[in-house]
Amino acid sequence: MYDKGKVITGLVIFVLIVTFPVWYNVRGAQHIPNPKILTKVKHCVKPLDYMRADHMKLLIDWRYEVVREGDRAKVTVDGVQYERSLVNGCMKCHVSEKKFCDQCHEYVDVNPYCWDCHIKPKETE
Amino acid sequence: MDVKRRKFLKIAGLSAVAGLAAPSAFNSLLKGGEAAASEEPHRGGSAESEGEGSSKAKGIQYGMVIDLQVLANNKGLAAKCSHACNVDHNIPQYGNPKDEIKWIWTDDYEHSFPEHSQYKRNEELDKLPVLLLCNHCANPPCVRACPTKATFKNDKGVVMMDYHRCIGCRFCMAACPYGARSFNWRRPREKDANGNYKFFPDGVNMKFPMRMRGVVEKCNFCAKRLSEGKLPSCVAACGDTKAIVFGDINDPNSEIARILEARYTIQRKPAAGTEPSVFYII
Repeated sequence: MYDKGKVITGLVIFVLIVTFPVWYNVRGAQHIPNPKILTKVKHCVKPLDYMRADHMKLLIDWRYEVVREGDRAKVTVDGVQYERSLVNGCMKCHVSEKKFCDQCHEYVDVNPYCWDCHIKPKETE
Repeated sequence: MDVKRRKFLKIAGLSAVAGLAAPSAFNSLLKGGEAAASEEPHRGGSAESEGEGSSKAKGIQYGMVIDLQVLANNKGLAAKCSHACNVDHNIPQYGNPKDEIKWIWTDDYEHSFPEHSQYKRNEELDKLPVLLLCNHCANPPCVRACPTKATFKNDKGVVMMDYHRCIGCRFCMAACPYGARSFNWRRPREKDANGNYKFFPDGVNMKFPMRMRGVVEKCNFCAKRLSEGKLPSCVAACGDTKAIVFGDINDPNSEIARILEARYTIQRKPAAGTEPSVFYII
């Protein structure tokens, strides 16, 4: 075999470049989302599993009922009333966009445009 | 064969004539009947509708009576109304008529009521601060124009905007005869060097959203305040002056319905057929 050294080095470099995404992620993808709920309340308006998977559907349903049907009845959980509203409801408990919303949204790379119009609560600290 | 060629042709010809003539004869009979039937109720109906003005109103229709004399006698009251609304709904103040966003504003008599005679009018009229806002028409042309149903009429007769659905086509602005709709040409939440909002000199209502670039907005009769049993901000800002009376114009027992019966009021551009729900006492 001619040019053994060059061929093997070339192959090694080629394999390294091709597998770059794999080993880069082994090191880099350890940031697992850890959304923080900065409140003492224990229960959300819906079970945890539903909220994790379908909170966006709930928000759209609320918008439809509140804005279009004019039904502004509040949701009661554990004796506490919540407005069916992103800013005046959800964000009362999930006070921090950075520590709650963005944790997962950044991880899965989705960019909801809520805050183009809605005003997010001031980030404390 | 019993049927001769001659007989066959005769029968075929007759059937063809009958087939062609029957539908038209039938149609003319039908039309004649209709015309005869429709004439009577039409005559009766027109006499009735002359008395009623517009179509029979059903359901709740919130509306306003704005007493311009009271506004004229209380200097600054009109500005106070607009200011209360601006603060409540995060309406940016660009200080530039091209970008202007307005929900409730004042204009002069001439431009508010262009359909009324402007020929040698009373001088006092020119001094009236005419408070203008969305008329929340009973027959809103903007709602018909909207291709996405972003603007719609709710069960209280309020013409609402759902900013999430608005695609910014501005058909509604072209359809509205009152100029009550504003387009967001720019992003309202620009900040200055110190990190303060540039266009909200009076602060921001954290409970109400701002808008994004590219949506149309307008007065919503304070739908949220109504749901809480409160009066709209502008009405509340007038206090006890009764400059603006708000209520259901279809409820004969409401204060507003009684005022509409007792006083002479005018609407803006009634000939447009939009049936505006905002009335003015001149």
